[in-house]
Amino acid sequence: MKAAAEEIERQGAVECVDGGISVSVCHSPDRCGDHAGFYDVEAVRADFPILGQTMHGYPLAYLDSAASAQKPFQVMEAEHAFYARDYANIHRGFYVLSQRATLLYDQARRKVQAFLNARHEHEIVFTRGATDAINLVAASFGEAFLKEGDEVLLTGLEHHSNIVPWQLLREKRGIVLKAAPVNDAGEVPLDEFIRLLGPRTRLAAFTHVSNVLGTVLPIAEMIRAAHEAGAKVLIDASQSVAHAKVDVRALDCDFLAFSGHKLYGPTGIGVLYGKEELLEEMPPYQGGGDMIASVSFERTTYAPLPSKFEAGTPPIAQAVALGAAIDYVTALGLDRVGAHEASLLAYATERLSVIKPLTIVGTAGKKASVLSFVMDGVHPHDIAQMLDSRGVAVRAGHHCAQPLMARLGLPATVRASFGLYNTTAEVDALAEALEEVEGIFLQ
Amino acid sequence: MSDSVELYSKAVLDHGRHPRNRRVIADCSHSAQSDNPSCGDDLSVSLRIDQNDVICEAAFDGRSCVLATASASLMTELLVGKTPAQAKMLFQHFHALAGGDTEKFKDGMEAETARMTVLSGIHAYPVRVRCATLAWKTMLAALEKERSQQ
Repeated sequence: MKAAAEEIERQGAVECVDGGISVSVCHSPDRCGDHAGFYDVEAVRADFPILGQTMHGYPLAYLDSAASAQKPFQVMEAEHAFYARDYANIHRGFYVLSQRATLLYDQARRKVQAFLNARHEHEIVFTRGATDAINLVAASFGEAFLKEGDEVLLTGLEHHSNIVPWQLLREKRGIVLKAAPVNDAGEVPLDEFIRLLGPRTRLAAFTHVSNVLGTVLPIAEMIRAAHEAGAKVLIDASQSVAHAKVDVRALDCDFLAFSGHKLYGPTGIGVLYGKEELLEEMPPYQGGGDMIASVSFERTTYAPLPSKFEAGTPPIAQAVALGAAIDYVTALGLDRVGAHEASLLAYATERLSVIKPLTIVGTAGKKASVLSFVMDGVHPHDIAQMLDSRGVAVRAGHHCAQPLMARLGLPATVRASFGLYNTTAEVDALAEALEEVEGIFLQ
Repeated sequence: MSDSVELYSKAVLDHGRHPRNRRVIADCSHSAQSDNPSCGDDLSVSLRIDQNDVICEAAFDGRSCVLATASASLMTELLVGKTPAQAKMLFQHFHALAGGDTEKFKDGMEAETARMTVLSGIHAYPVRVRCATLAWKTMLAALEKERSQQ
């Protein structure tokens, strides 16, 4: 695999485009700006021009990376350079530009392949996002493998994007949906999940990390259990790929989906990983150009993987920029990013715990850098509004996970989420603004 | 002090924390329910209109943020003693206020309109306009619904 990665490096595609990502890694902790010291956060922040702003006269503290991450200039530059020098449609032209564009698009796919440690390049399908990727599996895998009465097992933590596609399939196919329950800490107990796996379970589809509570699910054990029960597994990795190394071969998942924009990449691009033998057996998701081998009015034969699942002109520049985002986080090191975010989460949990009317929602043993909370007597929208007036950007609402909110008995929460560029000073700004909220609303 | 803090004025916080007429009128003549899908809030409005076609009782219930609650509380106070036609005009006034329109109306309800201005800061927060207008839209739905059923 290492050899393959080096091979990709050597191929290097078009010289003029590969700008060479450099990020600031802190080798001497005492010289780092942030107390955590895993890398120089201030130097990293300099890569994100949007973060340097003030809001209402206060420094912006962007604590909503779980909704969408901000973009480093390396990603913007990759997209800009592609349009400025190398853009044309792919897989068509005989001219240099089309060949360059095709090469760069394919190179981006190999970057994703290496990022996920997939066995084959053609196991990586570019989609519009994680939602599109899950809909693809529901439509295509559903058509090939699911019959009336077959079961799909979800969990109570799922985002609407991993619920509604299965409900649409239920209406069409008469499949049965089950959801593994969530305990009060916001965890999905493994034994409860296993108990719901039955002889009719064809697929288990669940998130790696809860977007609302930050709970990290024991997906390796869940995948193993599902496989033992004869079910295939789809992982929604939207909330995990930016925080920890995800290795599809080590996990042995059958499908995995994520969105580019949560990984510091552009919007409009996402990834579906699928095992070759499954993708081969699945029918196309959409019909159109680029996904065919030949078309006549009598008979159409489909293109080989992955083109079979990429009908029409794809988001080419966005794929190229997603490759740059992968280079960025890889150069910084996901281990270091994860360690930095874990220290921020621990610090934030400690700071917010002392605010009396505040309750942290989601106390799982293993959490990613998401902190949901409510405040007795103050509506989450009012909290978020007040935080905004102090420059602190957070999400408030049901976070597209209404079944989970119903389970928790809450209409909404406030959610602060941390990315590789956040600092302890921003956590302080959050805590201080919350103390002010307490003063204004609960005095 | 920034705009948000001004938005949460004493008057708004007072209505928000100690809402008036927060209940369901059991023998109401008009009622409606609505929700704000962006936050999962829900709100009901119930009205009792007497034989002289005057709103003699107005109430709201449900769970909502301070702005929606304050707006609903204030609305129930303003509606008592008004005819349905006047209630609809007040809705227009509030709608204009939430949209940032400061035009003065000369329709004999200047005092009521003036009381609404505690929420005039809302127009700077498009996301929150929905919160502040939720009760008013629900009230309008209650009036319209009854008519269509008759």
